[in-house]
Amino acid sequence: MLNIKGLNVVVGEKKILNDFNLDIKDGEIHAIMGPNGTGKSTLSKVILGNKNYTVKSGDIKLDGKSILGLSTDEIARRGIFVSFQNPISIEGVQNSEFIKTAINARRENAIGLFEFIKDIKAKASELDFPEEMIHRSINVGASGGERKKNEVLQLELLEPSFIILDELDSGLDIDSLRKVCDGINKYLKEHPKTSVLIITHYPRILEYIKPGFVHMMVCGKIVKTGGYDLAFDIEKRGYSDTSVIGSDSKDE
Amino acid sequence: MEVVGLSEENIRKISDIKHEEQWILDYRLKSFELFNKLDMPNFGPKFDLDFDKVIYYKSSEAGLNNDWKNLDTNIQCEFRDLGVIDSEKYLGGMGVQYESEVIYHNMLEELEKKNVIFTSIEVAMKEYPDLVKKYFGKIVSNADNKLAALNGAVFSGGSFIYIPPNTTLDRPLQSYFRINSRGMGQFERTLIIVDDNSDLHYVEGCTAPTYSDSSLHAAVVEIYVGKNSKCRYSTVQNWATNVLNLVTKRALVEENGTMEWIDGNIGSKATMKYPACILKGDNSSGTCITISVATHEQQQDSGARMIHIGKNTTSTIISKSIARLGGNASYRGKVDIKESAINSKAIVKCDSLILDKDSKSDAYPTNVCRTSKSNIEHEATVSRISEDNLFYLMSRGIPEEKATELIILGFIERFREELPMEYAVELNQLLKRNL
Repeated sequence: MLNIKGLNVVVGEKKILNDFNLDIKDGEIHAIMGPNGTGKSTLSKVILGNKNYTVKSGDIKLDGKSILGLSTDEIARRGIFVSFQNPISIEGVQNSEFIKTAINARRENAIGLFEFIKDIKAKASELDFPEEMIHRSINVGASGGERKKNEVLQLELLEPSFIILDELDSGLDIDSLRKVCDGINKYLKEHPKTSVLIITHYPRILEYIKPGFVHMMVCGKIVKTGGYDLAFDIEKRGYSDTSVIGSDSKDE
Repeated sequence: MEVVGLSEENIRKISDIKHEEQWILDYRLKSFELFNKLDMPNFGPKFDLDFDKVIYYKSSEAGLNNDWKNLDTNIQCEFRDLGVIDSEKYLGGMGVQYESEVIYHNMLEELEKKNVIFTSIEVAMKEYPDLVKKYFGKIVSNADNKLAALNGAVFSGGSFIYIPPNTTLDRPLQSYFRINSRGMGQFERTLIIVDDNSDLHYVEGCTAPTYSDSSLHAAVVEIYVGKNSKCRYSTVQNWATNVLNLVTKRALVEENGTMEWIDGNIGSKATMKYPACILKGDNSSGTCITISVATHEQQQDSGARMIHIGKNTTSTIISKSIARLGGNASYRGKVDIKESAINSKAIVKCDSLILDKDSKSDAYPTNVCRTSKSNIEHEATVSRISEDNLFYLMSRGIPEEKATELIILGFIERFREELPMEYAVELNQLLKRNL
């Protein structure tokens, strides 16, 4: 369960989130849609405690406890996982070593190497994630689609209780998108209490992972909330039509 | 038996203990003369070193052995704790030096059948004098620098390896050097000859406990790589932080030969070490992959030297320096492509990672290309740990310290992947302890 209340966030002088409110209960799937530069991606970084953003007021609670001021790794270990829009590459850090370290950061006793390799290979194969990339440096030489699959591979292995999918479909072709969404749906079926927040421009992904709630975000706040159908209304009519707040926010 | 301080009398004493032939004593005395004439290097780290206080020779009673059980129990335990005894199973042969003398030497029978020689320099001087005389002091002259001259005067222990023509070894040979007394100097002398069409991988390890007084390690390593041969020399020095590590390492490479230095510097108070390849033969090549990690008051001054003489010669230097908590890890290197070395190519790549504002990493490259028919590429980067990388790793639940460690190990991955598996594991342990 995630509760965001009256959240105001700035970068330097610039206001990015403006009295932002959102409640997501266990097992719910929500989607936030909005134009470029409206603070959608900022939201996921703020939830993860990124130090480049300053929270002026408001609170973020996970399962009733505030996570404001916690370090990023602590927030992640409490169960929040963000699949990033543009996953970076890190030369020299082996993917499998990285994921194993992340798993072990959540465990008392280190995971057995054999168990881990068996697990990661099985999940990689389900996602059509090339096996040789498991042992390569994180995302080095990887295509946009492979990077996204790597995010979902990590998701499945780290077993979060709250998932944020930031522009999951960018960089993915239609077959890969289906594969990846099948993976996530399977995960949600096996972990029914897991909540999901989908951040997206286009409603396409919502056909694969179907939200119960759709929010329209403009200029750092939610301006309209509805059911699944709202996503397609927005697509038909565009964001400007229902844009009610005038502000000068620019690209994130 | 202990010899303290530097004098002609003491040098004669060391020679006496070893029952050396006249030519060796003459070499020692000539080296001592040169030592007195030469100045300390005018570059690199500054440190205090009183040559009169150093212990130049110290022996244990045991003599040379090929069975661990015959060694003093304490020494046996020490090497077991260091993992040296256990590592022997991965090796074709192993030598161990404790203080001034080689105390253990063993080699697989199959290597003996191939006529491989792997023994201490003293034994080699007695048993294979012609072979030793042909190369000893020819690749690193005792007039080269003050510390090479010092080694020439007081050298004791070190390995001698001879690989006959057309011989390939399946497993590496290793030597392990241990200083155990305070104020001790270790001056081993290593001579490796890889004859034509042969292949050798040699691994060197070293440690010492920490004392308040400085110890000195001034070794000389000479390597001859014959035609179509290949030698790889891997070392990770992990001297205690009171050891001055001032070492001259050089290889002479004949036609079509290949020399590779895999050189890690983690320990010591100050290190000055620039493994060199003299690419004499046409089509010969040299590689040096070096890392240095400096923390607290450590000064790592390391790099490589590539001297191109033959035609179509190639060389690669990859240097990775990490400085933290006030450490200084600097690259010092030289590439010299002589006029004769047409169609040659050299690549130098130095990257440094500086972890905080108290630390330092400088680069002192000298690149000289004396012919327009050859070229040198030089690339250098200086960086800090990227915040984006750190955030990404932490967003998966990895604590900051651990994430930093992953990034640092990633930075030197190019070095780690060149080490044999069991050394890569050992290196990880060392780095984790030091970071």
